Amino acid sequence: MKSIINELKRLIVKTAAAAGEGHIGSAFSVLDLLWVLYAQVLRIDPKNPKCDDRDRFVLSKGHSSLALYAVLAKSGFFPVAELERFTAFDSFLGGHPDHNKVPGVEASTGSLGHGLPMGTGMAMGMGIRNVDRRVIVLVGDGECNEGSIWESALLAAHHRLSNLTCIVDYNHSTDRALSLGDIAAKFASFGWATTTINGHDHKAIYDAMIRTDPTRPTAIIAETIKGFGCKEMENNPAWHHRAPTQDELPVILKELA
Amino acid sequence: MRKQFVNTIEDLMAQDESLVLLLGDIGVFGFRNAFELYSERTYNIGICEQAMTSVAAGLAKEKMIPVLHSIAPFAVERCFEQIKIDLCYQNLPANIVSVGSSYDYASLGCTHHCPGDVAILSALPGMEIVIPGTPAEFDQLFRAAYADNNPTYFRLSEQSNQQSYDVEFSRALVIQRGKLGTVVAIGPTLNSVLEAAHELDVTILYYTTISPFDGDTLRKNCPSEKVVVVEPFYEGTLAHEVMFAMKGRAIMLNSIGVPRQFLTSYGHAKDHDIACGLTSEHIKERLEHFLNV
Repeated sequence: MKSIINELKRLIVKTAAAAGEGHIGSAFSVLDLLWVLYAQVLRIDPKNPKCDDRDRFVLSKGHSSLALYAVLAKSGFFPVAELERFTAFDSFLGGHPDHNKVPGVEASTGSLGHGLPMGTGMAMGMGIRNVDRRVIVLVGDGECNEGSIWESALLAAHHRLSNLTCIVDYNHSTDRALSLGDIAAKFASFGWATTTINGHDHKAIYDAMIRTDPTRPTAIIAETIKGFGCKEMENNPAWHHRAPTQDELPVILKELA
Repeated sequence: MRKQFVNTIEDLMAQDESLVLLLGDIGVFGFRNAFELYSERTYNIGICEQAMTSVAAGLAKEKMIPVLHSIAPFAVERCFEQIKIDLCYQNLPANIVSVGSSYDYASLGCTHHCPGDVAILSALPGMEIVIPGTPAEFDQLFRAAYADNNPTYFRLSEQSNQQSYDVEFSRALVIQRGKLGTVVAIGPTLNSVLEAAHELDVTILYYTTISPFDGDTLRKNCPSEKVVVVEPFYEGTLAHEVMFAMKGRAIMLNSIGVPRQFLTSYGHAKDHDIACGLTSEHIKERLEHFLNV
Protein backbone atom coordinates (compact mmCIF):
# COMPACT_ATOMS: atom_id res chain seq x y z
CA MET A 1 0.00 0.00 0.00
CA LYS A 2 2.89 2.34 0.75
CA SER A 3 4.12 2.04 -2.84
CA ILE A 4 0.84 3.29 -4.33
CA ILE A 5 0.69 6.16 -1.81
CA ASN A 6 4.24 7.21 -2.67
CA GLU A 7 3.43 6.93 -6.38
CA LEU A 8 0.47 9.26 -5.86
CA LYS A 9 2.60 11.64 -3.79
CA ARG A 10 5.20 11.82 -6.54
CA LEU A 11 2.42 12.54 -9.02
CA ILE A 12 1.12 15.31 -6.76
CA VAL A 13 4.55 16.87 -6.31
CA LYS A 14 5.32 16.76 -10.04
CA THR A 15 1.90 18.22 -10.82
CA ALA A 16 2.45 21.11 -8.43
CA ALA A 17 5.96 21.68 -9.73
CA ALA A 18 4.74 21.84 -13.32
CA ALA A 19 1.91 24.23 -12.43
CA GLY A 20 4.06 26.31 -10.12
CA GLU A 21 1.50 26.04 -7.33
CA GLY A 22 -0.55 23.67 -5.24
CA HIS A 23 -1.50 22.79 -1.67
CA ILE A 24 0.84 19.82 -1.34
CA GLY A 25 0.88 19.73 2.46
CA SER A 26 -2.93 19.49 2.64
CA ALA A 27 -2.96 16.88 -0.11
CA PHE A 28 -0.49 14.67 1.79
CA SER A 29 -2.54 15.14 4.95
CA VAL A 30 -5.65 13.55 3.38
CA LEU A 31 -4.16 11.23 0.77
CA ASP A 32 -4.30 8.02 2.82
CA LEU A 33 -7.93 8.75 3.73
CA LEU A 34 -8.91 9.35 0.11
CA TRP A 35 -7.08 6.33 -1.24
CA VAL A 36 -8.70 3.92 1.24
CA LEU A 37 -12.08 5.52 0.51
CA TYR A 38 -11.87 5.15 -3.25
CA ALA A 39 -10.01 1.82 -3.32
CA GLN A 40 -11.97 -0.03 -0.67
CA VAL A 41 -15.03 1.77 0.70
CA LEU A 42 -17.02 3.85 -1.77
CA ARG A 43 -19.47 2.09 -4.06
CA ILE A 44 -18.78 3.95 -7.29
CA ASP A 45 -18.40 3.35 -11.00
CA PRO A 46 -15.75 5.57 -12.61
CA LYS A 47 -17.30 4.86 -16.00
CA ASN A 48 -20.69 6.04 -14.79
CA PRO A 49 -19.89 8.71 -12.20
CA LYS A 50 -23.49 10.00 -11.95
CA CYS A 51 -25.09 6.60 -11.45
CA ASP A 52 -27.86 7.05 -8.86
CA ASP A 53 -26.82 3.92 -6.99
CA ARG A 54 -23.47 5.32 -5.86
CA ASP A 55 -21.92 6.55 -2.64
CA ARG A 56 -21.28 10.31 -2.60
CA PHE A 57 -18.00 11.82 -1.45
CA VAL A 58 -17.61 15.56 -0.88
CA LEU A 59 -14.16 17.07 -0.39
CA SER A 60 -15.24 20.03 1.70
CA LYS A 61 -11.66 21.27 2.16
CA GLY A 62 -11.34 21.88 -1.56
CA HIS A 63 -7.75 23.07 -1.38
CA SER A 64 -6.71 19.41 -1.01
CA SER A 65 -7.76 19.04 -4.64
CA LEU A 66 -4.41 17.62 -5.77
CA ALA A 67 -4.98 14.53 -3.64
CA LEU A 68 -8.53 14.14 -4.94
CA TYR A 69 -7.45 14.56 -8.58
CA ALA A 70 -4.64 12.04 -8.18
CA VAL A 71 -6.96 9.48 -6.59
CA LEU A 72 -9.79 10.07 -9.08
CA ALA A 73 -7.37 9.70 -12.00
CA LYS A 74 -5.79 6.58 -10.56
CA SER A 75 -9.32 5.19 -9.98
CA GLY A 76 -10.20 5.68 -13.65
CA PHE A 77 -12.45 8.76 -13.60
CA PHE A 78 -10.19 10.56 -16.11
CA PRO A 79 -6.68 10.03 -17.57
CA VAL A 80 -3.73 10.63 -15.25
CA ALA A 81 -2.21 12.78 -18.00
CA GLU A 82 -4.87 15.45 -17.31
CA LEU A 83 -2.92 16.37 -14.17
CA GLU A 84 -0.18 17.75 -16.39
CA ARG A 85 -2.63 20.59 -17.18
CA PHE A 86 -3.50 21.34 -13.54
CA THR A 87 -4.63 25.01 -13.25
CA ALA A 88 -3.97 25.73 -16.95
CA PHE A 89 -6.41 28.30 -18.34
CA ASP A 90 -8.58 25.74 -20.13
CA SER A 91 -7.96 22.76 -17.83
CA PHE A 92 -10.90 21.18 -16.00
CA LEU A 93 -8.63 20.68 -12.99
CA GLY A 94 -8.51 23.94 -11.06
CA GLY A 95 -7.01 24.81 -7.71
CA HIS A 96 -10.36 23.86 -6.19
CA PRO A 97 -12.62 21.13 -7.58
CA ASP A 98 -15.57 22.04 -9.79
CA HIS A 99 -18.63 19.79 -9.76
CA ASN A 100 -19.63 20.87 -13.25
CA LYS A 101 -16.23 20.09 -14.77
CA VAL A 102 -14.53 17.16 -13.05
CA PRO A 103 -15.92 13.62 -13.41
CA GLY A 104 -16.49 12.18 -9.94
CA VAL A 105 -16.54 15.50 -8.08
CA GLU A 106 -19.85 15.79 -6.23
CA ALA A 107 -19.64 19.43 -5.12
CA SER A 108 -17.78 22.61 -6.03
CA THR A 109 -15.81 23.55 -2.95
CA GLY A 110 -13.05 25.96 -1.99
CA SER A 111 -14.67 28.38 0.38
CA LEU A 112 -14.65 26.49 3.65
CA GLY A 113 -17.74 25.39 5.52
CA HIS A 114 -19.92 24.54 2.53
CA GLY A 115 -19.31 20.83 2.00
CA LEU A 116 -20.75 19.41 5.23
CA PRO A 117 -24.08 21.28 4.95
CA MET A 118 -24.32 20.32 1.28
CA GLY A 119 -23.61 16.71 2.23
CA THR A 120 -26.32 17.02 4.88
CA GLY A 121 -28.79 18.08 2.20
CA MET A 122 -27.66 15.22 -0.06
CA ALA A 123 -28.19 12.74 2.77
CA MET A 124 -31.66 14.20 3.41
CA GLY A 125 -32.51 14.02 -0.29
CA MET A 126 -31.36 10.41 -0.53
CA GLY A 127 -33.55 9.61 2.48
CA ILE A 128 -36.58 11.21 0.81
CA ARG A 129 -35.90 9.29 -2.42
CA ASN A 130 -35.09 6.01 -0.63
CA VAL A 131 -31.63 5.84 -2.18
CA ASP A 132 -29.80 3.41 0.07
CA ARG A 133 -26.28 4.81 -0.30
CA ARG A 134 -23.92 6.86 1.89
CA VAL A 135 -22.63 10.43 1.87
CA ILE A 136 -19.09 10.90 3.16
CA VAL A 137 -17.73 14.41 3.67
CA LEU A 138 -14.12 15.28 4.44
CA VAL A 139 -13.58 18.55 6.33
CA GLY A 140 -10.45 20.18 7.68
CA ASP A 141 -9.87 21.05 11.31
CA GLY A 142 -9.36 24.71 10.41
CA GLU A 143 -12.61 24.50 8.49
CA CYS A 144 -14.28 23.56 11.76
CA ASN A 145 -13.80 27.19 12.79
CA GLU A 146 -16.72 27.94 10.46
CA GLY A 147 -20.14 28.19 12.11
CA SER A 148 -21.82 26.46 9.20
CA ILE A 149 -20.00 23.23 10.12
CA TRP A 150 -21.68 23.22 13.50
CA GLU A 151 -25.03 24.31 12.07
CA SER A 152 -24.96 21.23 9.89
CA ALA A 153 -23.65 19.07 12.75
CA LEU A 154 -26.78 20.04 14.67
CA LEU A 155 -29.04 19.45 11.68
CA ALA A 156 -27.59 16.06 10.77
CA ALA A 157 -27.94 14.78 14.33
CA HIS A 158 -31.44 16.22 14.74
CA HIS A 159 -32.61 14.50 11.55
CA ARG A 160 -30.77 11.27 12.46
CA LEU A 161 -28.90 11.12 9.18
CA SER A 162 -27.33 7.71 9.64
CA ASN A 163 -26.30 7.74 5.97
CA LEU A 164 -23.91 10.68 6.60
CA THR A 165 -20.27 10.35 7.69
CA CYS A 166 -18.00 13.32 8.35
CA ILE A 167 -14.24 12.76 8.39
CA VAL A 168 -12.22 15.49 10.11
CA ASP A 169 -8.65 15.86 8.83
CA TYR A 170 -7.20 16.84 12.22
CA ASN A 171 -3.67 17.97 11.34
CA HIS A 172 -3.70 20.80 13.90
CA SER A 173 -2.48 23.31 11.31
CA THR A 174 -4.78 26.05 12.58
CA ASP A 175 -4.27 25.47 16.28
CA ARG A 176 -2.10 28.59 16.12
CA ALA A 177 -5.22 30.63 15.35
CA LEU A 178 -8.07 28.90 17.12
CA SER A 179 -7.59 25.66 18.98
CA LEU A 180 -10.38 23.15 18.48
CA GLY A 181 -9.56 20.94 21.43
CA ASP A 182 -11.38 17.62 21.58
CA ILE A 183 -13.27 17.56 18.26
CA ALA A 184 -14.61 14.05 18.90
CA ALA A 185 -16.19 15.25 22.15
CA LYS A 186 -17.68 18.22 20.35
CA PHE A 187 -19.30 16.05 17.65
CA ALA A 188 -20.45 13.59 20.33
CA SER A 189 -22.07 16.39 22.26
CA PHE A 190 -23.97 17.33 19.10
CA GLY A 191 -25.34 13.77 18.95
CA TRP A 192 -22.96 12.06 16.51
CA ALA A 193 -21.33 8.67 16.83
CA THR A 194 -17.60 9.31 16.90
CA THR A 195 -14.33 7.49 16.54
CA THR A 196 -10.74 8.72 16.51
CA ILE A 197 -8.10 7.08 14.33
CA ASN A 198 -4.61 7.49 12.96
CA GLY A 199 -5.41 9.06 9.60
CA HIS A 200 -2.38 7.48 7.95
CA ASP A 201 -3.09 3.89 9.12
CA HIS A 202 -4.96 2.23 6.28
CA LYS A 203 -6.45 -0.59 8.32
CA ALA A 204 -7.70 1.84 10.96
CA ILE A 205 -9.15 4.07 8.24
CA TYR A 206 -10.94 1.15 6.59
CA ASP A 207 -12.29 -0.24 9.86
CA ALA A 208 -13.66 3.18 10.83
CA MET A 209 -15.18 3.91 7.45
CA ILE A 210 -17.14 0.71 7.08
CA ARG A 211 -18.84 1.27 10.43
CA THR A 212 -22.02 3.33 10.59
CA ASP A 213 -24.55 3.86 13.35
CA PRO A 214 -28.16 3.04 12.43
CA THR A 215 -29.60 5.96 14.39
CA ARG A 216 -27.21 8.89 13.90
CA PRO A 217 -24.47 10.35 11.73
CA THR A 218 -20.86 9.32 12.26
CA ALA A 219 -17.80 11.53 12.71
CA ILE A 220 -14.33 10.06 12.16
CA ILE A 221 -11.61 12.20 13.68
CA ALA A 222 -8.50 11.37 11.68
CA GLU A 223 -5.28 12.43 13.40
CA THR A 224 -3.01 13.42 10.54
CA ILE A 225 0.22 15.22 9.76
CA LYS A 226 0.18 18.02 7.22
CA GLY A 227 2.76 17.20 4.54
CA PHE A 228 3.00 13.59 5.80
CA GLY A 229 5.84 11.61 4.26
CA CYS A 230 8.08 14.51 3.35
CA LYS A 231 10.15 15.69 6.31
CA GLU A 232 10.73 19.18 4.91
CA MET A 233 7.01 19.71 4.49
CA GLU A 234 5.66 18.06 7.64
CA ASN A 235 3.89 20.65 9.81
CA ASN A 236 5.75 23.40 7.97
CA PRO A 237 3.39 26.33 7.26
CA ALA A 238 5.74 27.52 4.51
CA TRP A 239 4.49 24.57 2.45
CA HIS A 240 0.79 25.42 2.77
CA HIS A 241 0.60 26.73 -0.78
CA ARG A 242 3.78 26.53 -2.80
CA ALA A 243 5.49 24.39 -5.40
CA PRO A 244 8.94 22.83 -5.19
CA THR A 245 11.73 24.58 -7.05
CA GLN A 246 13.76 22.75 -9.67
CA ASP A 247 16.44 22.21 -7.04
CA GLU A 248 13.99 20.88 -4.43
CA LEU A 249 12.06 18.60 -6.77
CA PRO A 250 14.59 15.75 -7.16
CA VAL A 251 15.28 15.73 -3.42
CA ILE A 252 11.58 15.40 -2.63
CA LEU A 253 11.00 12.76 -5.29
CA LYS A 254 13.93 10.75 -3.94
CA GLU A 255 12.44 10.86 -0.44
CA LEU A 256 9.15 9.59 -1.88
CA ALA A 257 10.76 6.86 -3.98
CA MET B 1 -49.14 37.51 -0.45
CA ARG B 2 -47.96 35.22 2.33
CA LYS B 3 -51.29 33.36 2.34
CA GLN B 4 -50.99 32.85 -1.40
CA PHE B 5 -47.43 31.58 -0.90
CA VAL B 6 -48.78 28.90 1.45
CA ASN B 7 -51.62 27.96 -0.91
CA THR B 8 -49.37 27.77 -3.97
CA ILE B 9 -46.71 25.68 -2.25
CA GLU B 10 -49.17 23.26 -0.68
CA ASP B 11 -50.94 22.83 -4.01
CA LEU B 12 -47.67 22.18 -5.82
CA MET B 13 -46.42 19.77 -3.13
CA ALA B 14 -49.47 17.64 -3.85
CA GLN B 15 -48.56 17.49 -7.54
CA ASP B 16 -44.77 17.53 -7.51
CA GLU B 17 -43.02 15.04 -5.26
CA SER B 18 -39.66 16.70 -5.84
CA LEU B 19 -40.67 19.90 -4.06
CA VAL B 20 -39.13 20.24 -0.57
CA LEU B 21 -39.96 23.11 1.80
CA LEU B 22 -37.29 24.47 4.18
CA LEU B 23 -38.41 27.07 6.72
CA GLY B 24 -35.98 29.20 8.69
CA ASP B 25 -38.23 28.92 11.75
CA ILE B 26 -40.82 31.28 10.29
CA GLY B 27 -44.19 30.49 8.71
CA VAL B 28 -44.38 27.21 10.63
CA PHE B 29 -48.00 27.68 11.71
CA GLY B 30 -49.00 28.86 8.24
CA PHE B 31 -47.60 25.70 6.70
CA ARG B 32 -49.18 23.35 9.26
CA ASN B 33 -51.01 21.45 6.52
CA ALA B 34 -47.76 20.83 4.65
CA PHE B 35 -46.16 19.54 7.85
CA GLU B 36 -49.07 17.13 8.27
CA LEU B 37 -49.54 16.03 4.66
CA TYR B 38 -45.96 16.06 3.37
CA SER B 39 -43.96 15.56 6.53
CA GLU B 40 -41.07 13.88 4.69
CA ARG B 41 -40.64 17.00 2.50
CA THR B 42 -41.41 19.80 4.96
CA TYR B 43 -38.73 20.95 7.39
CA ASN B 44 -38.47 23.65 9.99
CA ILE B 45 -34.70 23.80 9.60
CA GLY B 46 -34.17 26.23 12.46
CA ILE B 47 -32.29 29.48 12.67
CA CYS B 48 -29.27 28.56 10.59
CA GLU B 49 -29.68 30.19 7.20
CA GLN B 50 -26.16 29.43 5.98
CA ALA B 51 -26.59 25.70 6.47
CA MET B 52 -30.17 25.90 5.20
CA THR B 53 -28.96 27.31 1.88
CA SER B 54 -26.24 24.69 1.51
CA VAL B 55 -28.68 21.95 2.52
CA ALA B 56 -30.94 23.19 -0.28
CA ALA B 57 -28.03 22.79 -2.69
CA GLY B 58 -27.49 19.24 -1.47
CA LEU B 59 -31.18 18.46 -1.91
CA ALA B 60 -31.07 19.90 -5.42
CA LYS B 61 -28.11 17.64 -6.21
CA GLU B 62 -30.40 14.75 -5.26
CA LYS B 63 -33.04 15.77 -7.84
CA MET B 64 -35.26 17.65 -5.39
CA ILE B 65 -36.52 21.21 -5.89
CA PRO B 66 -36.06 23.05 -2.59
CA VAL B 67 -37.99 26.14 -1.52
CA LEU B 68 -36.25 28.13 1.23
CA HIS B 69 -38.19 30.65 3.26
CA SER B 70 -37.10 33.31 5.72
CA ILE B 71 -37.10 37.06 6.29
CA ALA B 72 -35.21 38.86 3.53
CA PRO B 73 -32.05 39.93 5.42
CA PHE B 74 -31.55 36.41 6.73
CA ALA B 75 -32.55 34.59 3.53
CA VAL B 76 -30.26 36.74 1.38
CA GLU B 77 -27.64 38.82 3.16
CA ARG B 78 -26.74 36.41 5.95
CA CYS B 79 -26.00 33.57 3.53
CA PHE B 80 -24.95 35.46 0.42
CA GLU B 81 -21.87 33.32 -0.22
CA GLN B 82 -23.88 30.10 0.05
CA ILE B 83 -26.29 31.51 -2.56
CA LYS B 84 -23.37 32.57 -4.74
CA ILE B 85 -21.37 29.34 -4.66
CA ASP B 86 -23.70 26.53 -3.69
CA LEU B 87 -26.73 27.63 -5.72
CA CYS B 88 -25.54 29.94 -8.51
CA TYR B 89 -22.02 28.68 -9.27
CA GLN B 90 -23.21 25.08 -9.24
CA ASN B 91 -26.32 26.18 -11.18
CA LEU B 92 -28.83 24.30 -9.07
CA PRO B 93 -32.61 24.64 -9.07
CA ALA B 94 -33.52 26.20 -5.73
CA ASN B 95 -36.09 28.82 -4.84
CA ILE B 96 -35.68 31.44 -2.15
CA VAL B 97 -38.91 33.09 -1.03
CA SER B 98 -38.49 36.05 1.30
CA VAL B 99 -40.89 38.18 3.29
CA GLY B 100 -40.14 41.52 4.88
CA SER B 101 -39.10 43.38 1.75
CA SER B 102 -37.16 46.64 2.20
CA TYR B 103 -38.79 48.21 5.28
CA ASP B 104 -41.96 46.09 5.57
CA TYR B 105 -40.86 45.34 9.14
CA ALA B 106 -40.30 49.01 9.86
CA SER B 107 -40.96 48.81 13.57
CA LEU B 108 -38.32 46.11 14.05
CA GLY B 109 -35.53 48.41 12.94
CA CYS B 110 -32.60 48.20 10.55
CA THR B 111 -31.62 44.62 11.44
CA HIS B 112 -34.86 43.52 9.78
CA HIS B 113 -34.76 45.92 6.80
CA CYS B 114 -33.51 44.67 3.46
CA PRO B 115 -33.58 47.24 0.66
CA GLY B 116 -30.27 45.90 -0.66
CA ASP B 117 -31.30 42.34 -1.53
CA VAL B 118 -31.99 42.87 -5.22
CA ALA B 119 -28.78 44.86 -5.73
CA ILE B 120 -26.56 42.10 -4.36
CA LEU B 121 -28.47 39.22 -5.92
CA SER B 122 -28.30 41.00 -9.29
CA ALA B 123 -24.54 40.64 -9.07
CA LEU B 124 -24.81 36.84 -9.17
CA PRO B 125 -24.69 35.27 -12.65
CA GLY B 126 -27.67 32.99 -13.23
CA MET B 127 -29.78 34.28 -10.36
CA GLU B 128 -33.38 34.88 -11.34
CA ILE B 129 -35.23 37.61 -9.44
CA VAL B 130 -39.01 37.82 -9.33
CA ILE B 131 -41.00 40.60 -7.65
CA PRO B 132 -44.74 39.94 -7.90
CA GLY B 133 -47.15 42.83 -7.39
CA THR B 134 -50.11 40.80 -6.14
CA PRO B 135 -50.82 37.35 -4.68
CA ALA B 136 -52.29 36.12 -7.98
CA GLU B 137 -49.15 37.25 -9.79
CA PHE B 138 -46.99 35.37 -7.29
CA ASP B 139 -48.94 32.20 -8.01
CA GLN B 140 -48.57 32.66 -11.76
CA LEU B 141 -44.86 33.50 -11.63
CA PHE B 142 -43.91 30.83 -9.10
CA ARG B 143 -45.55 28.07 -11.14
CA ALA B 144 -43.74 29.35 -14.22
CA ALA B 145 -40.26 29.56 -12.73
CA TYR B 146 -39.85 27.26 -9.72
CA ALA B 147 -38.81 24.20 -11.72
CA ASP B 148 -36.80 25.91 -14.45
CA ASN B 149 -33.45 24.50 -13.28
CA ASN B 150 -32.06 27.85 -12.12
CA PRO B 151 -31.86 29.47 -8.69
CA THR B 152 -34.75 31.91 -8.32
CA TYR B 153 -35.49 34.59 -5.73
CA PHE B 154 -39.11 35.54 -5.06
CA ARG B 155 -39.44 38.81 -3.14
CA LEU B 156 -42.77 38.95 -1.32
CA SER B 157 -43.98 42.32 -0.09
CA GLU B 158 -46.59 43.35 2.45
CA GLN B 159 -47.70 45.87 -0.19
CA SER B 160 -49.93 44.66 -2.98
CA ASN B 161 -51.31 46.33 -6.09
CA GLN B 162 -55.10 46.63 -6.45
CA GLN B 163 -55.19 44.93 -9.82
CA SER B 164 -53.48 41.76 -10.99
CA TYR B 165 -52.18 41.45 -14.52
CA ASP B 166 -51.61 38.42 -16.72
CA VAL B 167 -47.89 38.46 -16.03
CA GLU B 168 -45.29 36.23 -17.64
CA PHE B 169 -41.92 35.23 -16.19
CA SER B 170 -39.09 37.31 -17.68
CA ARG B 171 -41.45 39.55 -19.68
CA ALA B 172 -42.54 43.12 -18.96
CA LEU B 173 -46.00 44.51 -19.71
CA VAL B 174 -46.87 47.79 -21.41
CA ILE B 175 -49.57 49.31 -19.19
CA GLN B 176 -50.06 52.57 -21.07
CA ARG B 177 -48.37 54.45 -23.89
CA GLY B 178 -47.46 58.16 -23.90
CA LYS B 179 -44.95 60.58 -25.39
CA LEU B 180 -43.12 62.45 -22.61
CA GLY B 181 -41.11 59.58 -21.20
CA THR B 182 -41.13 56.05 -19.83
CA VAL B 183 -41.94 55.10 -16.26
CA VAL B 184 -40.81 51.63 -15.21
CA ALA B 185 -42.83 50.27 -12.27
CA ILE B 186 -41.41 47.32 -10.34
CA GLY B 187 -43.78 44.86 -8.63
CA PRO B 188 -45.78 46.47 -5.83
CA THR B 189 -44.91 50.03 -6.91
CA LEU B 190 -47.36 49.84 -9.82
CA ASN B 191 -50.30 51.06 -7.76
CA SER B 192 -48.49 54.23 -6.72
CA VAL B 193 -47.15 54.74 -10.23
CA LEU B 194 -50.63 54.47 -11.76
CA GLU B 195 -52.03 56.94 -9.23
CA ALA B 196 -49.14 59.31 -9.90
CA ALA B 197 -48.95 59.03 -13.65
CA HIS B 198 -52.31 58.08 -15.11
CA GLU B 199 -52.98 61.67 -16.15
CA LEU B 200 -49.48 62.15 -17.52
CA ASP B 201 -48.67 61.54 -21.17
CA VAL B 202 -46.11 58.84 -20.37
CA THR B 203 -45.49 55.20 -21.18
CA ILE B 204 -45.81 52.92 -18.17
CA LEU B 205 -44.04 49.56 -18.17
CA TYR B 206 -44.61 46.92 -15.49
CA TYR B 207 -41.81 44.56 -14.48
CA THR B 208 -42.34 41.57 -12.20
CA THR B 209 -39.11 39.86 -13.26
CA ILE B 210 -35.89 41.80 -12.68
CA SER B 211 -33.47 39.09 -13.73
CA PRO B 212 -33.45 38.15 -16.53
CA PHE B 213 -34.32 41.74 -17.42
CA ASP B 214 -36.62 42.26 -20.40
CA GLY B 215 -34.52 44.88 -22.16
CA ASP B 216 -36.38 44.54 -25.46
CA THR B 217 -39.65 45.86 -24.05
CA LEU B 218 -37.89 48.85 -22.52
CA ARG B 219 -35.86 49.64 -25.63
CA LYS B 220 -38.94 49.48 -27.86
CA ASN B 221 -41.04 51.66 -25.56
CA CYS B 222 -38.98 54.78 -24.98
CA PRO B 223 -40.80 57.62 -26.79
CA SER B 224 -38.32 60.17 -25.42
CA GLU B 225 -34.88 60.13 -23.85
CA LYS B 226 -36.40 60.27 -20.34
CA VAL B 227 -36.67 57.07 -18.32
CA VAL B 228 -37.76 56.86 -14.69
CA VAL B 229 -37.46 53.63 -12.70
CA VAL B 230 -39.64 53.37 -9.60
CA GLU B 231 -37.87 50.82 -7.43
CA PRO B 232 -39.16 49.25 -4.19
CA PHE B 233 -35.53 48.73 -3.12
CA TYR B 234 -32.35 50.84 -3.14
CA GLU B 235 -32.55 53.64 -5.71
CA GLY B 236 -30.45 53.08 -8.79
CA THR B 237 -30.38 49.29 -8.40
CA LEU B 238 -31.55 48.76 -11.98
CA ALA B 239 -29.39 51.46 -13.57
CA HIS B 240 -27.07 48.99 -15.23
CA GLU B 241 -29.94 46.85 -16.54
CA VAL B 242 -31.44 49.99 -18.13
CA MET B 243 -28.06 51.03 -19.53
CA PHE B 244 -27.48 47.65 -21.19
CA ALA B 245 -31.06 47.52 -22.46
CA MET B 246 -30.65 50.83 -24.30
CA LYS B 247 -27.59 49.52 -26.18
CA GLY B 248 -25.74 52.81 -26.28
CA ARG B 249 -28.71 55.09 -26.85
CA ALA B 250 -28.38 58.27 -24.79
CA ILE B 251 -31.05 58.61 -22.13
CA MET B 252 -31.77 60.70 -19.05
CA LEU B 253 -32.29 58.19 -16.24
CA ASN B 254 -33.95 58.98 -12.96
CA SER B 255 -34.59 56.60 -10.08
CA ILE B 256 -37.27 56.86 -7.46
CA GLY B 257 -36.41 54.30 -4.82
CA VAL B 258 -35.27 53.73 -1.26
CA PRO B 259 -32.42 56.11 -0.30
CA ARG B 260 -29.07 54.40 0.27
CA GLN B 261 -28.89 55.01 3.98
CA PHE B 262 -29.87 53.17 7.15
CA LEU B 263 -33.48 54.06 7.92
CA THR B 264 -33.16 54.42 11.66
CA SER B 265 -36.76 55.44 12.39
CA TYR B 266 -39.44 52.89 13.29
CA GLY B 267 -43.22 53.24 12.81
CA HIS B 268 -44.92 51.58 9.84
CA ALA B 269 -43.95 51.03 6.22
CA LYS B 270 -46.23 53.87 5.15
CA ASP B 271 -44.28 56.25 7.43
CA HIS B 272 -41.11 55.30 5.58
CA ASP B 273 -42.89 55.71 2.23
CA ILE B 274 -43.52 59.31 3.25
CA ALA B 275 -39.98 59.85 4.58
CA CYS B 276 -38.43 58.28 1.46
CA GLY B 277 -40.65 60.14 -1.00
CA LEU B 278 -42.34 57.00 -2.24
CA THR B 279 -46.05 57.86 -1.86
CA SER B 280 -48.06 58.38 -5.03
CA GLU B 281 -48.14 62.12 -4.31
CA HIS B 282 -44.36 62.26 -4.00
CA ILE B 283 -43.87 60.14 -7.10
CA LYS B 284 -46.21 62.45 -9.05
CA GLU B 285 -44.24 65.52 -7.97
CA ARG B 286 -40.93 63.91 -8.85
CA LEU B 287 -42.22 62.72 -12.22
CA GLU B 288 -43.61 66.16 -13.10
CA HIS B 289 -40.35 67.81 -12.13
CA PHE B 290 -38.24 65.37 -14.16
CA LEU B 291 -40.54 65.54 -17.17
CA ASN B 292 -40.90 69.34 -16.97
CA VAL B 293 -44.69 69.04 -16.90
